[in-house]
Amino acid sequence: MTSSFSRSWLSLAGLLPVAIATTLFILFLQAVPVIAAGRTLRQVWQWVPGLGVDLSFVIDGLSLTFALLISGIGALVMLYSARYLAGHVHQARFSLLLTSFMLAMLGLVLSDNLLTLFVFWELTTITSYLLIGFDHSAKKARRSALQALLVTGVGGLALLAAIILIGTTAGTFELSELRAMPAILTGSTLYLPILVLVLLAAFTKSAQMPFHFWLPNAMAAPTPVSAYLHSATMVKAGIYLLARMHPSLSGTDVWLWTLTIAGAVTTVFASIMAVRQTDLKLALAYTTLMALGALTLLLGNSTGYAITAAVTFLIVHSLYKAALFLVIGIVDHGTGTREVDRLSGLVRAMPVTAAAAAVAALSMAGFPPFLGFIGKELKYAGALAVASEPVLVAGAVLLSSALMFAVAGIVALRPFWGKAGDPPKPPKEGPWAMLLGPVVLAGLGAFFGIMPSVIATTLVNPTVTAILAEPGEAKPLLLWAGINLPLLLSIATFVLGAFLYALHRPLRRGLIWITQRTPSLDGGWDGFLAGVMAVCRWQTQLLQTGILRRYLFLTFATAFVAMAGTLVAKDAIDLPNLVPDVLPKHGMLFVLIFLGLALTVITQSRIAAIAGLGVVGIGIAMLFILFSAPDVAITQLLVETLIVVLFAAAALRLPHLPRGGSGWRFWDAMLALGLGVTTTAILLMVTASPVDRELTGFFEGASWPEAFGRNIVNVILVDFRALDTFGEIAVVLVAAIGAYALLKGTPERQKK
Amino acid sequence: MEQLLSVLIGALVAGSVFLMLAGHLLRFLFGLILLSNAANLTIFLAGGLTPGAPPLISEGAEGPTGTVANALPQALVLTAIVIGFGLFAFALILAFRAYQTLGTLDTDAMRVAEPEEAQ
Repeated sequence: MTSSFSRSWLSLAGLLPVAIATTLFILFLQAVPVIAAGRTLRQVWQWVPGLGVDLSFVIDGLSLTFALLISGIGALVMLYSARYLAGHVHQARFSLLLTSFMLAMLGLVLSDNLLTLFVFWELTTITSYLLIGFDHSAKKARRSALQALLVTGVGGLALLAAIILIGTTAGTFELSELRAMPAILTGSTLYLPILVLVLLAAFTKSAQMPFHFWLPNAMAAPTPVSAYLHSATMVKAGIYLLARMHPSLSGTDVWLWTLTIAGAVTTVFASIMAVRQTDLKLALAYTTLMALGALTLLLGNSTGYAITAAVTFLIVHSLYKAALFLVIGIVDHGTGTREVDRLSGLVRAMPVTAAAAAVAALSMAGFPPFLGFIGKELKYAGALAVASEPVLVAGAVLLSSALMFAVAGIVALRPFWGKAGDPPKPPKEGPWAMLLGPVVLAGLGAFFGIMPSVIATTLVNPTVTAILAEPGEAKPLLLWAGINLPLLLSIATFVLGAFLYALHRPLRRGLIWITQRTPSLDGGWDGFLAGVMAVCRWQTQLLQTGILRRYLFLTFATAFVAMAGTLVAKDAIDLPNLVPDVLPKHGMLFVLIFLGLALTVITQSRIAAIAGLGVVGIGIAMLFILFSAPDVAITQLLVETLIVVLFAAAALRLPHLPRGGSGWRFWDAMLALGLGVTTTAILLMVTASPVDRELTGFFEGASWPEAFGRNIVNVILVDFRALDTFGEIAVVLVAAIGAYALLKGTPERQKK
Repeated sequence: MEQLLSVLIGALVAGSVFLMLAGHLLRFLFGLILLSNAANLTIFLAGGLTPGAPPLISEGAEGPTGTVANALPQALVLTAIVIGFGLFAFALILAFRAYQTLGTLDTDAMRVAEPEEAQ
């Protein structure tokens, strides 16, 4: 990042994406009343009707919530980036990628057709790859980008497989039709494979354990990208998929337990790892993992409380997390560091940033009256509603929430309060274009907290309805729900969180000590890649030796196996009886050709070989004459003559054949013999069956009446199949031009 | 007759494959010529053999009288011969040019595109 702001950052590349995102946001806002009234919007264009693939898009509660988050946060992030990257050489490229990502993400959440959804899913993977690797001169960025691409790419393949299985099971790729058939997937024998594949896709995309390691590495991307893709939107695509498939796949024990365990492990592990980090951005990255884990955990259930909690927390998290990422970008920009120990007392120089950070952090820590508080209360209510293991689940939520409380303090309070730290640059407040995002997002968190009914009826209820596929399940969003167990748990969270915050320095030292002594999956990733490369190298050296002879041998061997193998496998060998019907004059001709062939194969002399070839060629020309093909014979004679002349001319400048030949090559001879025998066998069978002369009959009948030619072969060539002949002439011409170019450009022999 | 020709084509294929695998560009070219001959004969044979009756229409007639040789494979073979020749000529020049640049016709020694990797 260069900090040299150009005088005006108001460039087209910076502002066009803002305009696009804002327009989309306003358009989606207009759909809110319709959706809140309980209706859905659907638009279909035919794409590949033969395969049942339509460009069908649907707006229901779930997709509208996502679409508003994507376009709304998108607009703010893009305004932020316009300033953040002003004057960067590749600003235009960045804008293009970020806009493409936004559109792909919107397509993903709006698609009603699973195959369309898959296409957009892959598009988000690719744009994410390009954005993580935006700083392509840094090796770390390239590695992280590739890692994210490969991990999420595997998930993409799994998703495609799952979609095909779903399509064959349910007979439709339309999600809305799928939801109308409740038990079609859960009751199917393919349920388990489908579930495993869908979960693989969702867990890789949303970085659940054990596929979590790519997400912290993805922080190599510029801060706006981290704020947008890797906290608020793209990593939630997996969550979206789980929510979308919830009506069709949930309700079984496998679903419940897999999601609960994966979510709980991820959320606890990630919140512990977040405390360990000293880089503010990495700490936030781990809190994103924690949030994704919590969402997965909640989506494992089908109770109204759990789903309402998931939806509310999804909105809360997107608001405060994007705000905090953007804040850290401003801090990084203004001070030149993101190390938590070097930052302190920034509030004096950066009051607005500090205020936005504080509000977002309070929401993240779950204080009233912020939306985060309501989200947390609902999470507890949802966790307690897990019928089988409420203690375990609520415990995981409690521990991660307390750690979240501590991390909120570390990330968003410590850098701004207390006495001044020693950043590399004197801190200065960010420009308004960068402040707007965090201020608006943090402010919305407070506003929705005080007036939860604004989003409850408009977004949360329709989304819960869409996820559970039945209305009336959504629970109310309340700041004050009376004194109940969730409230007590909240108080416990604050106490435990404050305790953890006070102890975070020794805690961090201990965690660093532990993590340095345990193998990480990230390190294992390098080993895995090295292993794959080694297998590739071994396989390449086996097949692609760089020696032409081997390539040819493998090619011919493949042809032999394909032909002979098919004959044997299909039990198609049906040789006719051999009939000795050879006239002596024909027999002589054959003897001649065989001798010419033998001479060519055996001889060590160039001239003898060329003579042998000539004998074979002329012998074949005689065959053409005998069997009524005078035109072919003439051409054959002409070409054979030319070949001999060309060879003779070239041979003068080419070396002799090596003395002693290349020795007796047993396997080459066997392969040659095998191919020869197979060819003969096939031809014997072909000639034993009658020839279909229907086409020839047409040419014979049409030759004179339609084309006025008495030589049928000629008429075919120049009239009925004139375009072929034209192509043939073109081939010869191209060969001639190529040969001319090769000869013309001949240098003297290059000696090394 | 067809059976003998089938054997001949098999022999041509065997000879050409053996030559092409020899690891010497001149022999490879010999093999190439034999292989295109074998392919042409295959097409020709598959259309059926008719001695002494070329596919011509006599003066005043609307079509050929009696059974004449199959015209279609002949037309195809004609095209194939010419294209085979184009291929051969180009391959010959390529070999010639390779010899000028690399100083050898031994294909095992031609490793410019895929040099031997240090193990």
